[in-house]
Amino acid sequence: MSTRHFVIIGNGVSGITFARHLRKGDAQARITVISGESPYFFSRTALMYVYMGQMKWEHTQPYEPHFWKKNRIDLKQAWVKTVDFETKSLVFESGETLNYDSLVLATGSKPAFFGWPGQQLKGVQGLYSKQDLETMEAITSQPIERAVIVGGGLIGIELAEMLTYKKIPVTFLVRENRFWEQVLPESEADLVQKHIRDHAIDLRLETEMKEILSDSNGNARAVVTSAGEEISCGFVGIATGVTPNVDFLKNSSLAIGKGVKINSYFESSLPDVYAIGDCAEFENPPGPGRRTIEQVWYSGRMHGETLAYNFCNTPVTYQPGVWFNSAKFFAIEYQTYGWVSPEPMDGVQDFFWAHRDGKVSFRMRLDQEGKVLGVLNLGFRLRHEFFDRAIREKWFGEKVMQELGKGVFDPEFYAPYYQEIQAAFQRQFGGAIVPSKKSFFQKLLGSSQ
Amino acid sequence: MRGIQVIGLVLFLVGMLVFTTLPFLSSYRLTEALVQDQVNEIHREKLAELLQPMYGQSYPSSHAFLTAYSSNFDPYNEELKAKQAWDQVIWDDYGFALAKAAGEGPARSYPWTSLALSIGLVVLGGVLFQFAGSGSAHTSLAHTGVFHSSLKNRGVLGMLTGTYLIGFYVILYWFPAYLSPLVWMVEPIAQFLSGGPASQWFLYGLVYTLAIGVMGIRMVLKYRDNKYQQLRTASVVFFQTAFAFLIPEVLVLLNKPYFDFKNIWPLDYDFFYDYQIDTFISSGGLGLFMLIWGILLIVLGVPLFTYFYGKRWYCSWVCGCGGLAETVGDAFRHLSDKSLKAWKWERWMIHGVLALAVVMTTLTIVNYFSSFSLLGQVTNQLHSIYGFAIGSAFAGVVGTGFYPFMGNRVWCRFGCPLAAYLGLVQRFKSKFRITTNGGQCISCGNCSTHCEMGIDVRAYAQQGQNIVRSSCVGCGVCASVCPRGVLKLENGPEEGRIHEFPILIGNDSIKLRS
Ligand SMILES: Cc1cc2nc3c(=O)[nH]c(=O)nc-3n(C[C@H](O)[C@H](O)[C@H](O)COP(=O)(O)OP(=O)(O)OC[C@H]3O[C@@H](n4cnc5c(N)ncnc54)[C@H](O)[C@@H]3O)c2cc1C
Ligand code: SF4
Ligand code: SF4
Repeated sequence: MSTRHFVIIGNGVSGITFARHLRKGDAQARITVISGESPYFFSRTALMYVYMGQMKWEHTQPYEPHFWKKNRIDLKQAWVKTVDFETKSLVFESGETLNYDSLVLATGSKPAFFGWPGQQLKGVQGLYSKQDLETMEAITSQPIERAVIVGGGLIGIELAEMLTYKKIPVTFLVRENRFWEQVLPESEADLVQKHIRDHAIDLRLETEMKEILSDSNGNARAVVTSAGEEISCGFVGIATGVTPNVDFLKNSSLAIGKGVKINSYFESSLPDVYAIGDCAEFENPPGPGRRTIEQVWYSGRMHGETLAYNFCNTPVTYQPGVWFNSAKFFAIEYQTYGWVSPEPMDGVQDFFWAHRDGKVSFRMRLDQEGKVLGVLNLGFRLRHEFFDRAIREKWFGEKVMQELGKGVFDPEFYAPYYQEIQAAFQRQFGGAIVPSKKSFFQKLLGSSQ
Repeated sequence: MRGIQVIGLVLFLVGMLVFTTLPFLSSYRLTEALVQDQVNEIHREKLAELLQPMYGQSYPSSHAFLTAYSSNFDPYNEELKAKQAWDQVIWDDYGFALAKAAGEGPARSYPWTSLALSIGLVVLGGVLFQFAGSGSAHTSLAHTGVFHSSLKNRGVLGMLTGTYLIGFYVILYWFPAYLSPLVWMVEPIAQFLSGGPASQWFLYGLVYTLAIGVMGIRMVLKYRDNKYQQLRTASVVFFQTAFAFLIPEVLVLLNKPYFDFKNIWPLDYDFFYDYQIDTFISSGGLGLFMLIWGILLIVLGVPLFTYFYGKRWYCSWVCGCGGLAETVGDAFRHLSDKSLKAWKWERWMIHGVLALAVVMTTLTIVNYFSSFSLLGQVTNQLHSIYGFAIGSAFAGVVGTGFYPFMGNRVWCRFGCPLAAYLGLVQRFKSKFRITTNGGQCISCGNCSTHCEMGIDVRAYAQQGQNIVRSSCVGCGVCASVCPRGVLKLENGPEEGRIHEFPILIGNDSIKLRS
C-alpha cells in the first residue's frame, strides 16, 4: 500500500470511478480530484432534465457532499492551466501549483465546432458543461422566436426535447440523409424521424449550416443553410459531436493525437501519467469493432474501474465486453447490444420487425451460420444480461427467439411484443420456434400488440 | 383544449371557494328539545340544565355558537377534573352533534344545490382540467416541469395548498363542529347509503374517495402508455370506493358493524380495542367473521402476499392512505428527502411507531382478558396518546397536509406501523426486488429524484445491484421515469435476489465489486 499522491484532473464519471475504486483498494493513497467545472461530481447525462424542471441541480450529484470526506477524497475546484511533467506539478489558473506522484487525466470532451462564420456569436453554443446549461437557460428565458439545432445525433435530439419543453419552435438541421446515420439503420431512423416530426419539429435532412448571422449587438439572429435559406432564430445549438478536451496539454512532451494517446493499460507516453474516459485515445481499438476514442458514459466508468484495479493488483489490459448502449428520443427508448451496423453487410443476415403503430421495432443481426451478432430495439426494453450472454455464447438466432420472453425488460403488464417478434422470425427464417401464447391474464388485460 | 382547461380550473376554484365559504353561512338556535334529542341518556339531564342560558338565543355563526356552548359547558367539566372526579367528567363531545342539529343555512336548506356548487364543481372542474390538459402534452413530458411549478416545488401555491390541507385536518380532528354546515349537504347521501345521519367522517370519506377518483383519472391519463400504473390506480380507486367507503356504510344500513375489510392492524390501530372486540362478538356470525378475517390478514395475508409480490400489493394497490398518496399526492412525489440522514430517521421512527402499536395492543388484549385489572388506566391513556399523536396528528395532519412540503408518503415512510411490518417481510422474506438492467445505468438520478419513499435508487442501479429495500412501495415510478430502461419491478426466485457483490456487465478486463 502506498502513500502516493494521486491527482486526477476531471471529476466526471471516469475520474470519480477511478478515485472511488482506488480508495477501495488502497486505504493509504492520497487522492485529489480537480475540476474547474463544478465542486462535486454530477451526472452530465442529466443536464437536460435540470433544464426541463424534471430534476434540480442537486439531484444530478450521485453522492452527497459528506461522501468525499468520509472516503478521504480531496476535491478541488479550479482550472488547471498547464502541467509541468518534468517537476510533476500542476499549475492552476490562479498561479497556484500542486505536486503529484501519479497523474490521471480524465478531462472529458468539449463540443466540436467547425469554424462556421459567426460561431462565436452570443446565442450559439453546444451542450456539454454546467456552464453550457446555465447560458442556455439564460438565453432561452428571453422570448425567442425559433431555435436552430445543428447535428443529428444524441445531443441534438436532447436539445430539441429541451427546447420543445420551453415551447420554442425548433428547426433541426441534419447533414446526413437520416437521423443518427452512424448508428441507426434506415427503418429505425425513419421511425425516429417521424416521432421527431410528431413533436412539431422542423427536421431538415441533408441540410448543413453555412453561416450564422449577427444582429447589431453581437447576438445570433439567423442561420444560413446549405440550401441558401436564411432561418431567423435567437438560439443556435451546436451538436455536431464532441472532441477530447486536451488543448491545455498540447505543446508539452505528452503525446497527443485527437486525445491523450494511451496503450491498453491507460499509460500515456510519459511515466506516471495516465488517461481515461472521453479524453483518452487508444493506440489500437480496445476490442473488435471498437473505436479508439469512446465518448460514452459506460466506457468512462469501465476505464476508471480498470485503471484503479491496476494500481492495486497485477495490471491487466483493458478489455471491454460485448458492446451495449442506450438513449432516448423523446418518448422512444433505444437500446442496443452487440454490433448492428447501420448499413446491411455482406455475410450478415438481417431480421427486422416493427410494430404497426410505428413506435416499436426490433432488429437482430446474425452471422452466416445464423448466430446472433447483435440487436437494436426501439420502444421497448431488453435485458442486458440475457443479450450479453446470448451474444457472448453465440446463440443461434432461433434459440434467442425461443427464449425471447426472458430477454424482455418491460414493466409488468406491458404488451408482449416478443410474441409477435417470434412469429415474424418464424415466418422469415422458419425453424422450430414455438411462439409464446398470450397468457390468460394478458388476454384479460387486452394487452394489445 | 386550453380554453376547456381554463374553464376546468375556474370551476374547480369556484367549487373550492364555495366549499370553504359554506361553513361561514350558518346561524344557530338551540332548544331544549334538541338537546334532549342529541345527547346520550346519561348526560341528558345535566346538559339540558347547563345549556339553559342558550335556549332561544340566536347565534350568527358557528364560532359564536360554539363559544357560547363552551362557556356554558366547560366550567362544569373543569370543576370535576379539578376535583379528580374522573368518572363523572363528560368526555363525549356534543359540540358537533348540537351544532349540526341547531344550525340553519343554505347547505341545510338546499343540500343538493350546495353539494353541486361545492364538491360537484370541484369534481367537474378537476375532471375537465385533467382531460383537456392531457391532450396537448406528450407522454415523454410526463415528469417535466415539476421543479418549475410553484405548486409542486414548494412555491407560494405549494405553501398555500399545504396550509389549507393542514387547516382542514386540524378542524376535522379537533374542531369538527365547525364543519357541520358541510355535513348537512351530504346528509341525504348518508341517509341513502346507511340509513343514518352523516358525521364529519362521512363527509371526509366522501371527499377522500372523490379525490382519489378524480386524481386517479389524472394518473391514468398521465401514464397512458403504462399499464402497470393504470392498473394499480384502478385498483386503489376500487378499494377506496368499494371497501373503504361503500361497504361499511351498507353494513350499517344492514345493522351490521361498520367495517373496512381491507384495513389491517396495526394501521387499523383500534382493531383490538375492547369496544371493537365487543362489537364483533356481539354481532353474530358476520361480526365473528370480521374478527377472524382481520386476524387472518395480519398473520397470513400480510406475510403471504408480501412474500409473493412485495409490500406493494398493499401499499400501492389496496391501501387508502397509499391510494391518496398515489393519486392526489402524485404531483408531490419528488419532494421526498433522499439523504442518508433521512433514511436513518425513517428507520428509527417507523419501527418506533410499530413498537408502540405492538406494546399498546398487547396491553389492550391482556387487559381485555383480565377485565382491566392490569394497567387499565395506562392502557386508556396509551390509547388516547396514540390516537392523538399517531392516528390523527401524524397520519392525518402530517400525512396529508405535508404533501406539498415533504412529498406524498411522509406517513407511509416515517409513521405507518403496517408499512413497517410489511417492510420487514419484504426485506427479509420476499420474492420482490427491483432488478437493474446490467450496465445500462447512466447515473442520471431521475429514479432517485422521483422516488416518493426517498430511496436513492441510483445508488443501487449504478452499481448493478438489485434494489431490496423495506420501504419500497412498488409504485413503479422509478422504472417508468428511467430514460435508459434500467429498472424493472419483479417477483423472482429468492436466490440471488440480494446482491452482496454486484457486478456491472460490460467490462471483461476485471470482475470487481462496484
Ligand atoms: C448532454 C449529454 C448527454 C449525454 N448522454 C449520454 C448518455 O445518455 N449515455 C452515454 O453513454 N453518454 C452520454 N453522454 C456522454 C458522457 O456524459 C461522457 O462520455 C462522460 O461524461 C465522459 O466522462 P469523463 O469522466 O470522461 O469526462 P467529463 O464528464 O467531461 O469530466 C471531465 C471534467 O474535467 C474537467 N476539466 C477538463 N479540463 C480541465 C482543466 N484543465 N482543469 C480543471 N478541470 C478540467 C471538466 O470541466 C469536466 O468537469 C452525454 C454527454 C452529454 C454532454
Ligand atoms: S424504489 Fe421505485 S418502486 Fe420503490 S417506492 Fe421508490 S420509486 Fe416506487
Ligand atoms: S433513472 Fe435509470 S439511468 Fe438514471 S440513475 Fe436511475 S437507473 Fe440509472
